[in-house]
Amino acid sequence: MRVLKEICRQPAALFGLAVILLVLVAALGAPLFAPFDPDEQMFDGLTLEGAPMPPGGQFALGTDTLGRDLLSRMLFGARTSLIIGLVANGIAVTIGLFVGITAGYLRGWAGNLMMRFTDLMMAFPALLLAIVLAALLKPSLWIVAMVIALVNWVQVARIVYTETRGLVERDFILAERSLGAGHGRILFLHILPHLVPTAIVWGTLGIATTVLLEATLSFLGIGVQPPDPSWGNIIFESQSYFQAAPWLVFFPAPSSC
Amino acid sequence: MLSLLVKRLIQSVLILFGVAAVTFVLLYALPADPARMLAGRSATAQTVANIRHELGLDQPLTVQFVHYVGGLVQGDLGRSYTQKTEVATLIAARLPATLTLMAAGILLEVLFGVVLGSIAALNRGGVIDRTVMMSAFIGVSAPQFVVALLLLYVFAATLGWFPMSGYGTAAHVVLPAVTLGLLGAGWYARMVRSAMIDVLNQDYVRTARAKGLSGARVILRHVLPNAVLPIIAMIGIDIGQFMGGVVVVEAVYGWPGIGQLAWQAIQQVDIPIIMGVTLTSALAIIAGNLFADLVAPVIDPRIRSN
Amino acid sequence: MFRRLLLNSTTMALLALTPLSVNAQDTPSQGGDIVVTYKDDITTLDPAIGYDWVNWSMIKSLYSRLVDYEPGTANIVPSLAESFEVAPDGLTYTFKLRKGVKFSNGREVIASDVKYSIERAINPKTQGPGAGFFGAIVGFDDLMGGSTETLSGIETPDDGTVIFKLIRPDATFLHVLAINFASIVPKEAVEAAGGDFGKKPVGSGPFILKDWTIGQKLEFEKNPDYFVEGVPHVDRVTIEVGQEPLVALLRLQKGEVDIAGDGIPPAKFLEIKNSADGAQMIVDGEQLHTGYITLNAKVKPLDDVKVRQAINMAINKERITRILNGRATPATQPLPPLMPGHDKSFSGYAYDVEKAKALLAEAGYPYGFETILFSTNTDPQPRIAQAIQQDLAAIGIKAEVRALAQGNVIAAGGTEGEAPMIWSGGMAWIADFPDPSNFYGPILGCAGAVQGGWNWSWYCNEDLDKRAVEADSISDPAKTAERQALWSKIYTDIMADAPWVPVINERRVVAKSLRMGGPDNIYIDPTRVINYDAIFVKQ
Repeated sequence: MRVLKEICRQPAALFGLAVILLVLVAALGAPLFAPFDPDEQMFDGLTLEGAPMPPGGQFALGTDTLGRDLLSRMLFGARTSLIIGLVANGIAVTIGLFVGITAGYLRGWAGNLMMRFTDLMMAFPALLLAIVLAALLKPSLWIVAMVIALVNWVQVARIVYTETRGLVERDFILAERSLGAGHGRILFLHILPHLVPTAIVWGTLGIATTVLLEATLSFLGIGVQPPDPSWGNIIFESQSYFQAAPWLVFFPAPSSC
Repeated sequence: MLSLLVKRLIQSVLILFGVAAVTFVLLYALPADPARMLAGRSATAQTVANIRHELGLDQPLTVQFVHYVGGLVQGDLGRSYTQKTEVATLIAARLPATLTLMAAGILLEVLFGVVLGSIAALNRGGVIDRTVMMSAFIGVSAPQFVVALLLLYVFAATLGWFPMSGYGTAAHVVLPAVTLGLLGAGWYARMVRSAMIDVLNQDYVRTARAKGLSGARVILRHVLPNAVLPIIAMIGIDIGQFMGGVVVVEAVYGWPGIGQLAWQAIQQVDIPIIMGVTLTSALAIIAGNLFADLVAPVIDPRIRSN
Repeated sequence: MFRRLLLNSTTMALLALTPLSVNAQDTPSQGGDIVVTYKDDITTLDPAIGYDWVNWSMIKSLYSRLVDYEPGTANIVPSLAESFEVAPDGLTYTFKLRKGVKFSNGREVIASDVKYSIERAINPKTQGPGAGFFGAIVGFDDLMGGSTETLSGIETPDDGTVIFKLIRPDATFLHVLAINFASIVPKEAVEAAGGDFGKKPVGSGPFILKDWTIGQKLEFEKNPDYFVEGVPHVDRVTIEVGQEPLVALLRLQKGEVDIAGDGIPPAKFLEIKNSADGAQMIVDGEQLHTGYITLNAKVKPLDDVKVRQAINMAINKERITRILNGRATPATQPLPPLMPGHDKSFSGYAYDVEKAKALLAEAGYPYGFETILFSTNTDPQPRIAQAIQQDLAAIGIKAEVRALAQGNVIAAGGTEGEAPMIWSGGMAWIADFPDPSNFYGPILGCAGAVQGGWNWSWYCNEDLDKRAVEADSISDPAKTAERQALWSKIYTDIMADAPWVPVINERRVVAKSLRMGGPDNIYIDPTRVINYDAIFVKQ
C-alpha cells in the first residue's frame, strides 16, 4: 500500500504507466493495426533517386531508407522493445535493489564484499562480452536482454547502497531496533518503501536508455537481426538521416519516452 | 581512515587483476584473428604465420597472459598491433582531453539536474513540474547523435558562437559539455526531485517554513543535503562511464578522447589497445566509487564509515 | 642555333621531369594550405606496414619508389629510377638510380637503400602485410623463413645501380615495385626510431611530415628538394582525424575543410548532388572495385552449380544501385570496368526471377531452402544485405542475415563450412594494383581456399589455376594484349561455375571545397586514392 501511495504522489509516474499501457496495446495489436508488412521493401517506398518518402499518402509516417513503411515497422518494433525494456530493466532493478539494500544494511565485511563485487561487475567490459556472445552463439533477443540487465543492475545497486547507508542511521530505524523489530521487518516495512521512488526513477528512465542500448548492440551484431524492426534499430539506422528525413528520427524517439 | 584506504587499495588491485583476466579471455574467445586482419587480403599463408609469431599469438593463452601481466607490473601496456606504437603513449595522448570533458560534463549534468529537479520539486504537482520532468525525460531518451548534431548545427554552424570541432580552448569544450550535460541531467533531476519531495514533507521543514524561514534558506540548509547522497553515488558512476569514452559526442565534435581510440581498436581487434583502455576505465570506475564512498560520511556524518 | 638547342633541351628536360598530364584549361597554381578530414585515426606511416585506404595516399606522397604510375592511369613510368631494363628472359631487371635525390634527413638515396627497404618489407620481424608480393625474387623463401637477414636476389654493384634476379618471369613485378611496400626508407632513421618509425617517417617523397599530434592532426609540408620540379603544388596539408563525416561535410560547406576524406555520407548525398555548387563539390569516380556475394561451394545446397546460377539470376542489381543513390553500376563479372582485362561484351546472368525459380526446381529445390547471409554492420552494407535477402525470398530462399563486425565476418568466411553466403560490401575487393591477376589469387584461386583464407566461396579449379600461372609468366611488355586476353577468358570462364554473384561496381565519391582545382581523377586516383602530389588550390 505504501508503495502505491509513493507512486501516486508522482503524477509523472502515473503518466508513465499510462504510456506503457498504450504501447502494450499497440504491440499486441500490431498485426491488426499495421497497414503493411514491416519487412516489405517496396518499390514505391523510395523516390526515384533512392531517398525515403515523407509522411503522407499511403505511408502515414513515411518510409525508411529501404522503402519500408515506418508505421508498420514501429508497431511491430514495439513488441521487441517492450520485451527488452520491461524484462531487462525489470531484472536489473530487482537485482540492483536486492544487492544494494543488503550491502547497505549489513555493512561490515559482507557488505564490503558485495560492493567490491559490484565494482568488478561495473568495470566489466560488458560490450566486449556482448560481442563475444554474438560471435559464439546465435544472436537473439535474450542475449540482448541479458547483457542489458548485466550492465544496468550495478548502477542501481550503487545508488541504493549509498541511500540505504544513509537511511540505516536515521532515528526512526534506531527506534524500531530498540523496540526489538527483526531485520526482515525493518528492511521491508521501513527501508524499502523509501527506496521505491529511486527504483521507479531508474526503472522508467532506464527503459529509454535500454532501447538505445539495444540499438547499439544490434549494430554490433547481437540481438535483433535485420530485417526485424525494433525502435532502437530504427533510430540507429536512420539517425544520420535526420536532416534529410527527419520523420525517421522524430517519430520513434519520443515513443521511446 | 588510513586503514580503510589501504584496504580499498589492495582490493582495487585485485579487482583490476580480475578485470584484466576476464577481458583477456574474452578477447581470445573472439573468432576474429588479429594476425589475419593485419595481414590483409593479399597476404600469403606464410606472411600471416610470420605476423602471428611476431605478435606472440601462437603461444598458449596462459603464457601470453603471464607475459602481459609481467609487462603491466612494469608499467608497460604493450604495443598496438595496428600502429606498433606503445599503448601507454596512445592513451596518454588522449587522457587530458577525456578528463577535461569528463569534468565539464559532470559539472553541467549536476548543475542542470539540481536546478531542474529543485524547480520541479518546489512546484510539485503543477504544470511546471510536469513540463520540467518531461523535458528531462526527453533529454535522457534522445539519441546522443541527434542531440549533438542539433546543437552543433544551431550554435556552431548557424550562429557561429562556438567552433565546430577540435580541442584546445575553453570555447571548444562548451558544446560537447553542454550536450553531455543535457543528456545526463534527467537522471540527476529525477533523483533530486524525489529526495527533495521526501524531505519537504517532513515535519521539521514545515515547521521551519511556518517559522518564516525563506524558501531558499530552507532548500539550501535542510533539503539539498538530503539529496546529495544519491548524487554523489551517481557522480561516482559517471566518472567511470565517461572514462570508458563517450564515443558519439567525441566523433561529432572531433574531440580527441579515449572513446574513439577504443571504438577503432574494437573494430580492428587491436588487443593491446582494448586491454589498455579497459584497464584504464576500470581504474576510473574503482576510483570513482572510492571517491563516492569516502565523501558520503563527510556529507552525512551519521553514516559511520567501516 | 645554340639558343634553339638550349630551348629544345630545356623543354625536353621539363617534359621528362613532369610526368603529369594536366588539363590545358586547368594549369595548377603553386601554393596554399589545405585541410583534409578523416574519421579514423591514422594508424601508421611506415610503408612496410601501412595498408589501409586512409594512409595509402599519404605514404605514396611521403616516399618515393623505383617506378610509379602516370597519375590517373595504370601506366608504369620510372620514378626514383632514371631508367630500367628488362632482360629478354624476364628474369633480370636492372635499374639506374637518379642522382641527387635526398631523404628528408639530408642524406642522398643510394642503391643500398633500395636493397635495405625491400629486405625490410619482407623480413618477418617487420610484420609487414606486403611481404608476399615479392615472392618472385631469388632468396625470398630464405628471408621469409627467417634463416637469413638479406635477400640474395637484389644486387647493388654500385651506388647508382640495382639489379633484381627473379626465380620465374613475373608479369606483375613492375607493379610490385610501384606499390607502397616497395617505398625506399633510410636505415639509420628506422633504427633510430626504435619501433616508432611509423610515427616518425623519413622518406624522399614530395611531402615531409612536420608534426603529428597523436589523436588530433598531422601536418605535412612540401619537400623543397623533391626531384620533380613543381611538385607538389600545395605548401601544406593538414590532416584532422576523429571527425564524423556529417560534421566534416558541414565544415566543408563553411570553408573550414577542403577535402572530406570519408566522402559524402549516404544521408546527405542527394541533398549535395542537387545543390547549386554540387557539381563542383562532388567528385565521382570509378575505382577498381567489385562488390560481390560469395557462394560457398562446400556448403549444401550451394555445391550445386545450378543453385548458384539460379541465385545469380535472382538478384535485382538495379534496385541495389538505387539504394546506393546511383553511386554504383551493376556488375557482370569479377573484374571492374577500369581494370585491364574487363570484357565489355560479356553480359553475365540477366535478372530473371522465373528462370531462377525454374533452375532451382531443376536442381531439386522447388520450395527453396534456408541459408545464412553474412555482412558487415556499417551502413549501407546491412541495408544491401536486406535487399539481397528480399530478392532471395522471391525465389523461395529464406536467408537469415547476420550483420557482424568486420573481423568476425572475415573469420567466418575463412572457416570451412561456416559461411554459406557473404555479402562482401565494406570488405569488397579493391585492387592493390591495376592488374587482373590481383583479383584472382587470394579470393578465387585454390591457394585462398584454406582455413583463414580470403577465398570465401572455397572455390578451387585446378585448371584455371594453371592458366593463371601461365598468364602471369608472360612478362614481355610487347605481349600485354595476349596476357590480358588470357585473363579475360579466365574470369568469364569462372562465371560459368558461378562461385560469386558480382553485384555492383561501386564508385567513390569525394567532397572537395570550391577552391580546390584539378581534374576529377586526381581526387579519385585508382592507384593512389587521393593524389596529394597533383592537387592544387585555385588562386
